[in-house]
Amino acid sequence: MSVTDVIPAADPGGPAQPLITVSGLRKYFPVRGGILGRTQAQVQAVDGVSFAVAEGETLGIVGESGCGKSTTAKLLIGLTERDAGEIVFDGEALGERLSLKDLRRGVQMVFQDSYATLNPRMTIEASVAFGAHVQGLDDPEGRARRLMDRVGLDPARFAHRYPHELSGGQRQRVNIARALAMSPRVVVLDEAVSALDKSVEAQVLNLLSDLRAEFGLTYIFISHDLNVVRYISDRILVMYLGEVVEIAPVDSIWEEQAHPYTRSLFSAMPSMDPDNRTEKPPLAGDPPNPINPPSGCRFHTRCRFASAVCKAAVPKLAGLDRNAAHMVACHLYDPASGHPDAGQGGLA
Amino acid sequence: MTKLLDIQNLSVKFSGKRNVHAINDVSLAMEQGETLALLGESGSGKSVTLKALLGLLPPKRTRIDGSMRVNGTDVLSLRGKALRKYRGGEVSMVFQEPALALDPVYTVGHQIAESVMRHKGLDKANAMSVALDMLDRVRIPSANRRLHSYPHELSGGMRQRVMIALALACRPRLLLADEPTTALDATVQIQILLLLRELQKEFGMGVIFVTHDIGVAVEISERVAVMYAGQIVEEGTTREIINDARHPYTRGLLAANLHDVARGTRLNAIPGAPPALDSAPGACSFAPRCPIALPACRAVLPPVFAPGPRRRVACLRATEPIAAE
Repeated sequence: MSVTDVIPAADPGGPAQPLITVSGLRKYFPVRGGILGRTQAQVQAVDGVSFAVAEGETLGIVGESGCGKSTTAKLLIGLTERDAGEIVFDGEALGERLSLKDLRRGVQMVFQDSYATLNPRMTIEASVAFGAHVQGLDDPEGRARRLMDRVGLDPARFAHRYPHELSGGQRQRVNIARALAMSPRVVVLDEAVSALDKSVEAQVLNLLSDLRAEFGLTYIFISHDLNVVRYISDRILVMYLGEVVEIAPVDSIWEEQAHPYTRSLFSAMPSMDPDNRTEKPPLAGDPPNPINPPSGCRFHTRCRFASAVCKAAVPKLAGLDRNAAHMVACHLYDPASGHPDAGQGGLA
Repeated sequence: MTKLLDIQNLSVKFSGKRNVHAINDVSLAMEQGETLALLGESGSGKSVTLKALLGLLPPKRTRIDGSMRVNGTDVLSLRGKALRKYRGGEVSMVFQEPALALDPVYTVGHQIAESVMRHKGLDKANAMSVALDMLDRVRIPSANRRLHSYPHELSGGMRQRVMIALALACRPRLLLADEPTTALDATVQIQILLLLRELQKEFGMGVIFVTHDIGVAVEISERVAVMYAGQIVEEGTTREIINDARHPYTRGLLAANLHDVARGTRLNAIPGAPPALDSAPGACSFAPRCPIALPACRAVLPPVFAPGPRRRVACLRATEPIAAE
C-alpha cells in the first residue's frame, strides 16, 4: 500500500463546480465590559466575505493583522461559529446535508505556531494518528508512519519523540502530516511558514508544492508575505478590515494592483535594490480598529483617491472591464458610482 | 577618529544543563555614523551580540572572551555607575516587542523623561519638554496629548515610535535595534524603517540593525554582516552583499527571499538545519548544508578572504568563480 492509497477517489461534486464556495460570510465578536458584562461594541472581524476555490487551485489570502484572514480560515473549518453566510463544500452546504465532522474530514488546517498546535504529551506518531482514530479510518498508525516518511521525517527516528525534541521546521512537517492523515481535499495553511527561518521556509514550500501535485490538493494559503503568496498561489485575495477588496489571478494582480489599498500593500514590500531604496511610505499611520470600522469603503480614511461617495456607499466587488477574472471593490472602477474620477479605467 | 565600535575575537559561551557556544571568535568594526545590518537566522548569535554590547547577559552563566570597545570604552570592564551611564546614554536599544519593553504603568512621557533626568540631570519640567520634542521627531500626531498616554492606548506602530523616541532621547552614539519591525504590519514596517533612516541622518549616530529579513537590511543599512552559527561568514557593503554575495550561505539566503522567483519553479532551498552549538566549531559550520563543500571544509576552520577593504568572506572556495545556478 502506497501513500497515495489514503486519498479517496470520491468527488460527488464533480470537476465542473468549485470545491469550496463561501458567500456572505460574517463574524462579529462582541466586546463586553462594565459590571454587567454587556456587549458594548463589536469587532467586525469578517463582514460579507465571498469567494470560490476550484479543485486543485491555490488561493492566497493576504492582508495586515486584524483584516480577518485568520478568522476567515477558522470559519471555513468551523473552528469559529459564523454569524451569517453559507459555506458549500463539494456541492453540499454546511449545516444542511454536510455535518461539521464531514467538513473537517475534507478540509484540514495547518496553523502558524507549530509548537502550540501539538499536544506536548503525545508522541509525534500519536498526534498524526489521532484524527484518523477519531474518524474511524483504517490503520491509523500505519497511515501516520507512511505520512511521516512522506514529509521527510524518518518514522524510525521520530515516531516516538515528543514535540519539544523537534525543531520548528520539523514540527511544521508533523503538522502537515497530521493534516494529510485525514485524506483531506482542501488544506487551509494559516501563516504556516511564517514562523520558520528563511532557509527552512523554502524547504517546506517545496514540500507543499510536491504534496499538492501528488495528492491533488487544493490549498487556501494565508500569509502576510507577498513573495511567498505569489510563489505558491494561482489567485490572490486581498482583505482589508474584514472585507475583500480585490481578488485576481496572480499574474494579473502582480502586473496591476487595481485597488488603492492593494497598491499600497505592494509598494510597502522591500525594494531589494540598494541603489533604488524606498523613499516614501505608501501609507501613513496604522490600520484602523475593526471595532467601529469606517463607513462606506473601509479604506477611505487612508485612501488618497477618496471622495464623498467613498464615505457614503459600500463599493461592490466586480470584475474589471478588460479582465472579468480580476475583481475589485472600489468606486473608481464603477462609472455609475458617482466618484468624480470613476470610469477612467484605473488609478492615476 | 576613534572607531565607534571595535569588537575583537569575541566569544560568548553559556553554561548550564547544556553548554551553548553562542558566539565564536567574532571581530567587527564600525566607523562613526555607520549603519550596519546583522543578518542571520534564529540562533545565529545576532541578538546575543547586541546583548553582550549592552552588558545584558546573565553574568553567572555566561563566559565572555575577547574585547568590545565602543568609542574607545572597554565595555567588558564597566561596572556599577559607569555601566548605568553607558547603557541608555552612550548606547541604547530598540526591542522587537515595544509592548513588552515599555512599562505598562507609566505614561510614555514619564518614561522618556525619566531616562533624560537620569542621564542628563535635567529637572522634571525640562525633561518632559525633551520628551515632547522627541515624540514630535518620531512623527507622533498630536504629541502633546500622546505624552500622557499609557502604552496600551497606542497602536503597535505608535508604540514602536515611542520606543525609538525613548532610545534616542539621550542622543546615544550607537543605537542597537533588535528586529524592531518584525512584529509590525508591512505598511507600518516601511514607515518605521524610513523614520529610522531619517533620524539616523539627523542625529548622525551609528546603528546596528539586527534582522532576519534581507529586504529590510537593504532598506536600512549601508553595510551588512551575515552571521551563521555564532560567526560572521560574510561582510561588505549592502551593494556587495546583494549583487556579489560570495558565501554559499548568503547566496542561499538571497534565493530563499523569493524575490522575483517564477511560480512553480523548484526553490533552491538550503537543506538541513543550523547546527546545535554545543561545542566550539573546529571546521566550517555551514559545510554539512553546503552544496559546494569539499572534504577540507569539514576538517579545518575556513580561511577568511578579504577581496577588498572591509570586505571578507569566510569560505575556502570564496576565490573560485561562482558556477551558474
